[in-house]
Amino acid sequence: MTFTVDVTARRDGFRLKASFEAQAGETLALLGPNGSGKSTVVQTVAGIVPPDDGRVLLGDLVLDDVRSGVYVEPRRRPIGVVFQDLLLFPHLSALDNVAFPLRARGATRSEADGRATRLLERLGVAGRAHARPRDLSGGEAQRVALARALVAEPELLLLDEPLSALDVTARLHVRELVRDELARFPGVRVLVTHDPVEAMMLADRLVVLEAGEVTQAGTPEEIRAAPRSRYAADLVGVNAFRGRLEPLEEGTGRIVTGDGAIVVPWPELDLEGDVVGVLRPADVTVSLQPPVGSARNVFRGRVTSVAVEGDRARVRIASTPPLVAEVTHGSLERLGIRDGTIVWASFKAVEVQVLS
Amino acid sequence: MATAAAILSLVTGFPLAWALARGSFRGKALVRAIVVLPLVMPPVVAGVALLAAFGRRGAVGAWLFEWFGVQLTFTTTAAVLAATFVSFPLAVLVLEAGLRGLDARLEDAASTLGASRGYVLRRVTLPLLAPQVAAALVLSWARALGEFGATITFAGNLQGRTQTLPLAVFERLQTDPEAAFALSMLLIAVALAVILALRGRFLR
Repeated sequence: MTFTVDVTARRDGFRLKASFEAQAGETLALLGPNGSGKSTVVQTVAGIVPPDDGRVLLGDLVLDDVRSGVYVEPRRRPIGVVFQDLLLFPHLSALDNVAFPLRARGATRSEADGRATRLLERLGVAGRAHARPRDLSGGEAQRVALARALVAEPELLLLDEPLSALDVTARLHVRELVRDELARFPGVRVLVTHDPVEAMMLADRLVVLEAGEVTQAGTPEEIRAAPRSRYAADLVGVNAFRGRLEPLEEGTGRIVTGDGAIVVPWPELDLEGDVVGVLRPADVTVSLQPPVGSARNVFRGRVTSVAVEGDRARVRIASTPPLVAEVTHGSLERLGIRDGTIVWASFKAVEVQVLS
Repeated sequence: MATAAAILSLVTGFPLAWALARGSFRGKALVRAIVVLPLVMPPVVAGVALLAAFGRRGAVGAWLFEWFGVQLTFTTTAAVLAATFVSFPLAVLVLEAGLRGLDARLEDAASTLGASRGYVLRRVTLPLLAPQVAAALVLSWARALGEFGATITFAGNLQGRTQTLPLAVFERLQTDPEAAFALSMLLIAVALAVILALRGRFLR
């Protein structure tokens, strides 16, 4: 089954022109900065705001086709949406929130409650079934919202910034859960996010949306190899270190990759198996002399490429492990960095985000 | 009678409040001005207006009498109508404010979860609006209970049929002052009860 979006919509002087496809069984991340039109896409796909022109298709089902006057009401769309602000009903318990889609479609109270309870159990919040949304923690509320979107067995699951409202610890837990639920969901999965790490971790394919237009689409590897905009470069150009996590002294550990090791903060959550350390290029300091300071990670290597993007430059360094650093154009000039220069690259352990 | 008027105010006021809060149409400001008008104008004038509309020779009243033989003036129905006329602006204003304060995205979310418009109204909008519905009911009821001017003009002062409590107080004051005082005390008690019931909603 193919999910096809090809729409234009105008809202508050903003013009969206979005075109992308997703297949059942894959997770597509719609990635873009704030104000890029992501929310408008969500509202259009959900049927809340009809498009001005274009089509939305889900398999054989035509949800929108402006030219031939087709518009399917939100309630008749087989789509489960988790909204950015969750929008749980404040006057209903967690259980009643999850049972809502079933009751709205005519299920009996006992049948709806039974299915809702089983889903809450699977998502690990059955113990909070009778709590009101305002008494739930961020992570619990997120699980309830996910259960509510899944309970009616939609064909498309649409998650709008599912982790953005959570604190760091809750985010780790919920990310695992979201990944599991995405993996077991048989239909089309669309994840809307502004967080490149989230997109990389959860999605098979990315669609980059900027200022209302799709600027690039492809797998994370394809976009990493050839980012077509500054934003795309920023979001895929993160340093990622995949390897085995070993403890060092209290509060720190190190990730041993096949190509060198880095010192990282010890994660709050017990992580099993291989982990990924994520480091933003802007957090890497480049110098010509061995740096003196608090940075635990210091590497020496040869610059293999310098790519100038506006007032900043991305410098690739063949250290062990290899690194990408982002420096200002001024620093580049001042230090005289170019291909072949031997540099020292350093970063503090706390700058590395450790993910499973 | 006051209860009937309050419920009638609520039932007629809700769609109007909805239109004012959510709708976008030409002349919305004008509609709101007309809605509020009965609240501001002297109740006796409201009674005259009702008489002009529903009296024997009124625009609607003449037609009602001619076709159905129905005469509204000096009936209990007329008293209810008069009380509703002056109390429903309160209901509209309170409900409109409530609807504006409601997060419409919750209703959108409900519709993506498969709920029909009616189901959204019953299970989401009205429950979330319960405090405002209660406040509108109590305020309309209190306003209807204290109705004097519009009633005496449009429905008259017929004991057991159209006489409201203030009308009774006014009448007894000349014949039986003690009864008038007793009734007045009762009305003060009711007013106090209303204020206590709404305490924390408007009076915080």
